Amino acid sequence: MSEPVGVRLVVNGVAREGRCPPRKLLVDFIREDLGLTGTHVGCEHGICGACTVLVNGEAARACLMLAVQADGAEITTVEGLARGERLHPLQESFREHHALQCGFCTPGMLLTALDLLRVHPDPSEADVREGLSAVLCRCTGYHGIVKAVLAAAPRLRE
Amino acid sequence: MPPTAPRGGRDAKGHVLSAWVGTSVQRVEDARLLTGRGTFIDDHPPVGNVHHAAIVRSPHAHARIRGYDVAAALRMEGVVAVLTGADVAKACKPFGVGVTAPVHYFPSATDKARFVGEPVAVVVARDRYLAEDAADAVVVDYEPLPAVVDPERALDPDAPVLHEAVGSNLAGHRRLVYGEPDAAFRDAEVVIRERFRFPKYGSTPIETYGLIARWDTLDGVVTVWSNFMGPFIMHPLTARVLGVAENKLRFIVPPDIGGSFGIKSSMYPYIALIALAARKAGVPVKWIEDRREHLIASSSGTDRVAWRELAARKDGTVLGMRYKWYDNVGGYIRSPEPGCSFRPTGNFVGPYRFQHLEVDASVVMTNKSLTGPNRGYACGHLYFETEGMMDRLAEAIGVDPAEVRRKNFIAADALPYRTPTGGLYDSGDYAATFDRALELAGYVELRREQARAREAGRYHGIGLAVAIDPSVSNMGYVATALDPQFRAKPEYLPKSGATESASVKIDPLGRVLTILSSTPQGQGHQTIVAQIVADELGLAPGDITVVDEMDTFTRPWSISSGTYSSRFGSIGTSAVALAARKLKRKLVDYAAHLMEIPAAQLEFRDGAVRHRTGTGPSYSVKELAGRAHWNTESLPDGMEPMLQATAVFGFPEARAVDHEDRVNSSNTYGFIAEVMAVEVDPDTAAIKILKYVTVHDAGVIINPMIAEGQIYGGALHGLGGALYEEMEYDDSGQPLTGTFMDYLVPTASEAPDIDIAHVVSPSPLTTLGSKGLGESSSMTVPAVIANAVSDALKPLGVRITELPMTPSRLWRLIQDARAEPPRGAQT
Repeated sequence: MSEPVGVRLVVNGVAREGRCPPRKLLVDFIREDLGLTGTHVGCEHGICGACTVLVNGEAARACLMLAVQADGAEITTVEGLARGERLHPLQESFREHHALQCGFCTPGMLLTALDLLRVHPDPSEADVREGLSAVLCRCTGYHGIVKAVLAAAPRLRE
Repeated sequence: MPPTAPRGGRDAKGHVLSAWVGTSVQRVEDARLLTGRGTFIDDHPPVGNVHHAAIVRSPHAHARIRGYDVAAALRMEGVVAVLTGADVAKACKPFGVGVTAPVHYFPSATDKARFVGEPVAVVVARDRYLAEDAADAVVVDYEPLPAVVDPERALDPDAPVLHEAVGSNLAGHRRLVYGEPDAAFRDAEVVIRERFRFPKYGSTPIETYGLIARWDTLDGVVTVWSNFMGPFIMHPLTARVLGVAENKLRFIVPPDIGGSFGIKSSMYPYIALIALAARKAGVPVKWIEDRREHLIASSSGTDRVAWRELAARKDGTVLGMRYKWYDNVGGYIRSPEPGCSFRPTGNFVGPYRFQHLEVDASVVMTNKSLTGPNRGYACGHLYFETEGMMDRLAEAIGVDPAEVRRKNFIAADALPYRTPTGGLYDSGDYAATFDRALELAGYVELRREQARAREAGRYHGIGLAVAIDPSVSNMGYVATALDPQFRAKPEYLPKSGATESASVKIDPLGRVLTILSSTPQGQGHQTIVAQIVADELGLAPGDITVVDEMDTFTRPWSISSGTYSSRFGSIGTSAVALAARKLKRKLVDYAAHLMEIPAAQLEFRDGAVRHRTGTGPSYSVKELAGRAHWNTESLPDGMEPMLQATAVFGFPEARAVDHEDRVNSSNTYGFIAEVMAVEVDPDTAAIKILKYVTVHDAGVIINPMIAEGQIYGGALHGLGGALYEEMEYDDSGQPLTGTFMDYLVPTASEAPDIDIAHVVSPSPLTTLGSKGLGESSSMTVPAVIANAVSDALKPLGVRITELPMTPSRLWRLIQDARAEPPRGAQT
């Protein structure tokens, strides 16, 4: 295989670097090389959305990007949302509204919802449902997730 | 969040025990899962020097394997070993199967591949990328053979035969007769017949299968870390295949599993396969299934063709039914199949009181992927058919479908009720629960709205469905697949049972650790158990730490252990409460000794042992715990030191199937009543859900928020199977749904609003009166939406007999109906 190349990026506000083969997926780099296992892999073909992270502030599928493509980027993963032990308001809202069961899609759901609320700070229920249709959840029937995102919107606008 | 259901948890005297049971306590699991700190199987290597497997899979639906060439693969970077089907055939025995037909099912293909995606070799390399590279270089010499995917076609005499030793594609067949069905049909004034097709779909958990296997050749211990939901019967099955003693096979399950819905009970062949690869490679081996592998080769429910006959009187009284079906289990029959046919044996009659039933069940093998438990196991099929028949009966005799159901319910005062097939329904009031659903839906008004819509040329429909919701399988039901003559042989060993254990320990400061033998996949066991133990010991949930990581070397477990068949809400909670009560009795005895008062004069109340009169000194849990741990001399003679108790809960009614094929196939039986109103657009075939009401009786509800979460999720699985999901194959056996682009699961945009209510008939059989409800509406939604759409399209004469109702399939039905004059009512 081709020689490893260096990748430098800022993850959750911290400068990180590593070396990996050019073909390595961003999600594998985040999980294996950076040890941030909160980002999950659910389909490896860009449909389920479990691996969604923010790349320079926008939601992106970490299974459809190579790590080398993220060189120089700022990445936010689920580990970067809480302030110490204090949950992010969106995380709080997920807990209050039983928006997770197994928790496997949750990281991708949170980051997708954050991106959605950035673009639509005051979304309708239909906006939320459409925005979240980028992430598959098999446990919750989406009921709690939709409620959680709608309830979090005003808190995030503050 | 306020409680949304009646609170339960009463003791024998009717005192409310609960400060916490019955309330929507927020989940303790959430903090770690929301912050990316969960521990899933793929997250952290539990052992050093882990290597990675890529599985080579058959591209053919049916092919003889003539040989393997692994030389090129072995020369590739990072590769340490290649395990082929030839190695597998030499290294192990085939898995035991649930039928007497000689089906030889190995962890990989050996002589032939029998479905696309069947493992044929395993490459072990330094990392997964390198393993995948080398998997491409493994050469397998195939001789392709004709394939068959349709279960009816597979039984034709000239169909390709998958297993020569079996001689046909029939893995098993049973004709079960209860009462006198022939007489019922002779006496019938109305006979209804219908053919149904149910699709092959799976709940596709977002976390796929994953495992790490280490084979220690020095001590002979095989350790497997995995997201398996057993150990269940699969632990002994796997030990036998690998040729290791059961006390040398260690299954460890991490705290977090990313969903399962039954699907992960079928990963055990991979446990054996990767363990064999680990032995050959001499290193621990990890394999994480990818999504394509999951969609083409993991597990699903069966596709089924069913023929139903119903005998009734003109007044709507059902006299008897005949069920006939072909369940398609794919290339091999993998345990616990043929549960697809027999899991609901005890509740075959649903909530209805008819006594005469014939079941003609055929389990057929074709060149599709294998099947197993999927949420609602076998019950989605059963109720789709039964509830479709009840609607047809209503139409035939010209009464409202609600009336036909009410006419046939088992009466509330008949419970506990022994069904003709051996089930023991423990509690419930089906008519009252059904009426609650009708009332909540505003059924009468819905019918009026429908009439107005029809006059306006719109297609509104109202569907009804009711179901018995079985929980905690009695593993003895699987033997229903065997002939009574076979079961009567002296060498045959009967099977029965459903057990679960839990331990409660109190530390020196009076805090509690509770250890479970369960493998939850998102059901919130830690939260629920903390609620129960907090109530029992007068503490707060935050004082209870709950450990639910399975380890077969350290947890008490038995053949039926695991988290499946909606077990935990019924049996797991019972074991926990019993263990806490056992420990509570010990605290009372110890306090009696310290206070020099007979134990009979003391009681445990509000977290302390007190005099029943309410006067005099009391000892809190903390005070007793400190003394008991730090000063064992203070214990009475004969009292075992340490404050811990383990309880094992078993259902005495979980008996083996009898000589007349009767079996109490589950142990607690809930009830579901649903009403759905839809509008169908005849031009686009789009189905819009206008109202959906589901009322459940699952006995005492421990955490209403979690219970409702299960119902929302279950309903959406049923909706997926009813409208979108099907693992499709072409005639040559090539799967057509290998990605989430082709296999469509519901997204947030498709999820309906649901009105949920509970009726509480406490189970007399469980410690807290609770029953399972994990599968819940997954088993009723296919029926209720099919009935609603049939009702909507009644003016066109369209009746839904086949799922999923994809837009193209439904559009075709509508177009065909519009081209013909409407059919009259069928009798």
